[in-house]
Amino acid sequence: MVQEISGWGRVIRVAAEERVSEDLALITRDAVLTRGLGRSYGDASLPPASGLVVANSRLANRLLAFDASTGELTVEAGVSLHDINRVFLPRGWASPVSPGTQFVTVGGMVAADVHGKNHHREGSFGRHVRWLRLRLASGQIAECTPDEEAGLFWATVGGMGLTGHILEVRFAMERIPSPWIWQEVRQIASLETMLTQLREEGVRWPFTVAWVDLLARGSLFGRSVLICGRWADVSEARHPFRPVTRRRRVPVDVPEFVLNPALMRLYNAGHHRTCRGSRGVVHPETFFYPLDTLADWNRMYGKRGFIQYQCVIPASQPVSKVLEFFDLVRSLPLPVYLCVFKDFGAPGDGLISFPAPGFTVAMDLPNRPPHTQVAVDRLNEFVLSVGGRVYLAKDAHTRPEHFRAMEPRLAAFNEARRRWDPEGRLRSALSVRLMGDRP
Amino acid sequence: MKAVLFGATRGMGRSIARILAQRGERIHLLGIGPEDLERSARDLEVLGAPSPVEWTEIDLLDASGFAPALDAADQALGGFDTVVMTAALFGRQEDLEDDTERAARLLTANFTNTVLFCEEVRRRLLARGGGRLCVFSSVAGDRGRKPVILYGATKGGLSRYLEGLDHKFHAQGLRVLCVKPGFVKTGMTAGLRPPPFAGEPDDVARRVVRALDRGKALIYVPPPWRYMMLIIRHLPRFVMRRIGF
Repeated sequence: MVQEISGWGRVIRVAAEERVSEDLALITRDAVLTRGLGRSYGDASLPPASGLVVANSRLANRLLAFDASTGELTVEAGVSLHDINRVFLPRGWASPVSPGTQFVTVGGMVAADVHGKNHHREGSFGRHVRWLRLRLASGQIAECTPDEEAGLFWATVGGMGLTGHILEVRFAMERIPSPWIWQEVRQIASLETMLTQLREEGVRWPFTVAWVDLLARGSLFGRSVLICGRWADVSEARHPFRPVTRRRRVPVDVPEFVLNPALMRLYNAGHHRTCRGSRGVVHPETFFYPLDTLADWNRMYGKRGFIQYQCVIPASQPVSKVLEFFDLVRSLPLPVYLCVFKDFGAPGDGLISFPAPGFTVAMDLPNRPPHTQVAVDRLNEFVLSVGGRVYLAKDAHTRPEHFRAMEPRLAAFNEARRRWDPEGRLRSALSVRLMGDRP
Repeated sequence: MKAVLFGATRGMGRSIARILAQRGERIHLLGIGPEDLERSARDLEVLGAPSPVEWTEIDLLDASGFAPALDAADQALGGFDTVVMTAALFGRQEDLEDDTERAARLLTANFTNTVLFCEEVRRRLLARGGGRLCVFSSVAGDRGRKPVILYGATKGGLSRYLEGLDHKFHAQGLRVLCVKPGFVKTGMTAGLRPPPFAGEPDDVARRVVRALDRGKALIYVPPPWRYMMLIIRHLPRFVMRRIGF
């Protein structure tokens, strides 16, 4: 059945035949791409707009083995992080890396080489992956590890699903003292202070992230909330531990006038005020995935959807460059409703992984053509000038010439893809837009 | 609980099995495809079902295998007290109308053989003073409807059978739960356009397990389907002839 599918931002929509079955190995046979829970924002999980078949992995959700002595967990690629948290947090194990939502599949976490609040210490998810089973474009099943078929392995980690369909994954879980999080939150008045404190606190804390208010006017622009956390000790843990089961839904596409800069300015001011320095034990789901409490929150942005722009500004750049970036954001024709800031540690090991040492910024902007394209172009020109790059899992508007200039690694990545897929069968709307694939 | 699950490698059966496994219940799987059964067994063990989770191959189209398979399950579990039957065939009405052989297979599997399987279970459970039998029927059996005439007929017959079982054997300790799912987004319905109130397998499974725990006899899932079917059951014939639902 052909139906319209889109990424989480709901900006790009494609009519495609999406096949979903417990038997992922079967439905990937003639698919050009596999998608999971569709949480990439732009067109990374969409097939090119020509009615091609895309496989959906979400029903391939079995846990195949867990070795409690090493912490290694083997799963089918459609298992969600939510499922893993349900089962393993109460037992004292956690995923080594948690992105901002738990409604992602493990296959998607590998394909996007996702990062989390602990990136400055633990790197991205790919670092913790031990083994992959793939269906290659030829139809063959292949296995790879960081040591065997390492070329295929590192092209697949962060490879946006373009090297083969990820069928099974083995990765190392982290032992945790309790499922709870000890959190400390503090207000910060200016961007400069936020930048230095984020770095400093990263030495003490495994989890750090900053929320930045880019709607506030005048000297309040850039006021931030710094959030630091660590797994709570047994003595600090609350009992009993229960997963969050109540989630509010957004039943309809909210009209666009509802989510407006004035309202969000008020919300941000309120949020900033409530975060006036607090410390204590919080639930891991509220700590790692604050937005998950509102299911389908993307509908808040209305029919035309929204974009999330995420880039990295390399560590080699002076702080003044980061501040320059925020000046640019201020002058954009679109309001930034939500902005999250984080320092990256070591680069991702994948051939085309996003993370690089430096600062990363993620911003939600409503989609208002033609301003959307203008805004992304201007941000990309800046990122290009400082030697940074954009995160493909978020991207919907980057121009191919910008992407090629940002990504000196693209040639090597495309070469690896051709090696495993000489006919160029595997492709997505994103790879057609940015990597020169045939539609 | 010592549960025998028939058809739990996929769909709503898989979701139910996973919930029971997380509660630490003992499980024995029945179904087709050794590799698939093996993978599901490992999954249930990782989730928390006592090891080893064992399985026995059984084909819904071959009723002669039912008794031996149930004996094997009985032995492996040391006497089961719960059976959940989710296995069934599905076919769209258009596809079944022109394919007598396929229609015959579906009619046999979903009605005759499902009832024969339940009869085997009933005898065993009654012999040990009762137990729970949970069987997946469907809202499709509540009214003769254009898109599901043959499939709905098997489910209508099955619902009646389960109702009768409950009436006759409730006093002897047999708890029969007839589950009537509406549209649920599983692999079985993957090619169909989801109507309003389409459910997720995990959510449906939670409700079924709760109903099983409470000893209920009938449950519609997701819940709004109960009221939708109440209306559909009372629509006059001239309306049913006109609408495509």
